[in-house]
Amino acid sequence: MDSGIERARELPSRITIKTDTRDILARERNYQIARGFHDWTIVDVDAHHSEMTSWREITEYLDDPILLHYAREFQSRTGAAPGLANHMPGLRYQDVGGRIPHQQKLDEPVDDQSVHRDVTLVRRSMQAMGIDHQILFPGNMLQLGTHPQPNVEAALALAYNRWLCDTVLEKDDNIVALLYLPLSEPEMCLRIIDEFSGRKGVKGFMVTSVRFKPVHHNSYIPVYRALEERGMPLAFHAGPNWSDDYMKQLDRFISMHAISFVLCNLVHLSNWLVHGMQERFPKLKVIWIESGLMWIPFMMQRLDSEYLMRPSEAPLLKKLPSEYMRDMYYTCQPIETSNMTLTEAAMKGMDAGKTLLYASDWPHWDFNPPSTIYDLPFLGEQEKRNILGETAVKLFDLDGSGNAEKGA
Amino acid sequence: MADIYVGKESEFEDRGRKVVAEGDVEIGVFFLDGQFFAWENKCTHQGGPVCQGRILNRVLEVLDADKTSRGLKWSEEDVHIVCPWHGYEFNIRTGRHPGNRNIRLKPFDVKVKNGEVYVVV
Repeated sequence: MDSGIERARELPSRITIKTDTRDILARERNYQIARGFHDWTIVDVDAHHSEMTSWREITEYLDDPILLHYAREFQSRTGAAPGLANHMPGLRYQDVGGRIPHQQKLDEPVDDQSVHRDVTLVRRSMQAMGIDHQILFPGNMLQLGTHPQPNVEAALALAYNRWLCDTVLEKDDNIVALLYLPLSEPEMCLRIIDEFSGRKGVKGFMVTSVRFKPVHHNSYIPVYRALEERGMPLAFHAGPNWSDDYMKQLDRFISMHAISFVLCNLVHLSNWLVHGMQERFPKLKVIWIESGLMWIPFMMQRLDSEYLMRPSEAPLLKKLPSEYMRDMYYTCQPIETSNMTLTEAAMKGMDAGKTLLYASDWPHWDFNPPSTIYDLPFLGEQEKRNILGETAVKLFDLDGSGNAEKGA
Repeated sequence: MADIYVGKESEFEDRGRKVVAEGDVEIGVFFLDGQFFAWENKCTHQGGPVCQGRILNRVLEVLDADKTSRGLKWSEEDVHIVCPWHGYEFNIRTGRHPGNRNIRLKPFDVKVKNGEVYVVV
C-alpha cells in the first residue's frame, strides 16, 4: 500500500451456524457498557435450548419399558422426527430460509467437557447479554400439548424434567427452569409437582399453550391447587400450531406465526378469567409467555366491554377482567415497536412496571436483547429496572446477582 | 474525516464484501456489478451486525396481467444484505428496506485509488 494508511481491522464477513454465541451477540454487551446499564440485574424469563439434539439422552430417562423401546427404535430411522416427539415440520421455516443462522443451529465449537454442551451455550448467551438468571425452556417439546397420545406427553415430561435437573440445573446456579407440566394427564402433573418442587433451580412450572383442552376444566383444579399451596408460579407458554384448522388457511409462515402464538393466549386467558380462576386461586402467580405486548390491551378492552354487558356469564368475577389481568405477569418478547405510541399505550394499560417481564427467547429468530427494553423512550429508570429483572427476582425468589462476569 | 484502508480492489469478487472496524465503527464494504457500496454494520432494527449476514436477491411475487399470483421468484436486479439477528433486509445499492424507504442503513463513501479501496469515516 502506497498511502501509508494502516489497513483497518477486518471482521468475519459472515456470521454462520459455526459462529460463537458470544461473537453473534457481542455488540449487545458492548452497548450495555456504553449506555451504563451493564450492572443492572437482568433476568431472562424465556430462553430455549434445543432439546432434540439431546433426545437420545432424554428418552433414556423414560420409566415405561415399552415407550423406551419405541424411543430407541424410532431414533434409528433415517429422515424421521425424533422418536415419540410431536414435531411440526413447518417450524423449519423459522430461520427464513437460512437467513437467520442462530435459529438454524448453534453449531459452534465447545471445548469444555465438564458440563453438557447446552450448559456452555446458555452460559455464553447469558454472558453476551449480561443476564444474571435465565429461565430455560425446551423447544419442540412445546408441541407436546397436541400429542395424540397423552400418556406419551406425560412420560416425556417426566423424563425431560429429570434430565434437565440432572444435566443442566444441577450444574449452574444461574440457569433455572419452570418445569414442563403435561396438563393432559393431571395425575402426572401432581407427581411432577411433588417430585420436583424444591429441586435445585426449579422456580415453578409451565404448561405449553399449544393444546385444545380448556385450561379451566375441573380435572385440572387439583393441579392449580397444588401449585398455589406450594407457592410455585405457573406459566402458560404460547407456541405455533400450523395444524389448527384456522391456521391452515395461512399459507405463509409469517401469517401463521403472527397469529398462532397470540391465539393460544387469547383462548386460554379468556377461559382463565371468565371462569374465575383468579378468584379461585388468588395466591397462584400466573405468567403468560411469548405473544408480545399488543394482545394484552386488546384483551383488556375486549373482555371488559363484554363482561359489563354479560356479567351473568362470568359470575365468579368481582372486578373487571382487566383488573385481574393486572394481577398476572407477561413476558415482553417478541416486543412490537414499529409504532411507539401504541407500544407506550400498551405498557401503560398493563402497568408494565409491575406486570411485564423481560424475555429474550434466545436463540430463536425473533429474540429481543435487553437493550430493547432499555431503549424504550417513554419508560423511567425504575420501570426499566423492574421489567429487566427486579420484578422477576421477587416473582421467582432469585438472588439477582447471578452473573459473575458482569461489569465493565 | 479520515480514510480507512479496506483492501485491494482485486481482493473483491462480484457480490463479495469485507467488514472492517475502526474504533467503535464497523463498516461493510460490498462489491456489486463493478461498484462499491459501504454501510454501517449496525442494523436499524436492534443494532445487529447486518453486514455480516447473507447476501440474497430480493424475493418477488409474480402476478399475471389479471392479477392472479404465479408464485415467487428471485429478482434479477435487487440484491439484499440480510441482518443475521432478525432478518431485516436492505438493498445493497440503496441501503433501504424493501418495505419502507425511510428504514435505511447509514452510508459511507468509498474511494478507489490506485487499485486500493478506502472508506471515508
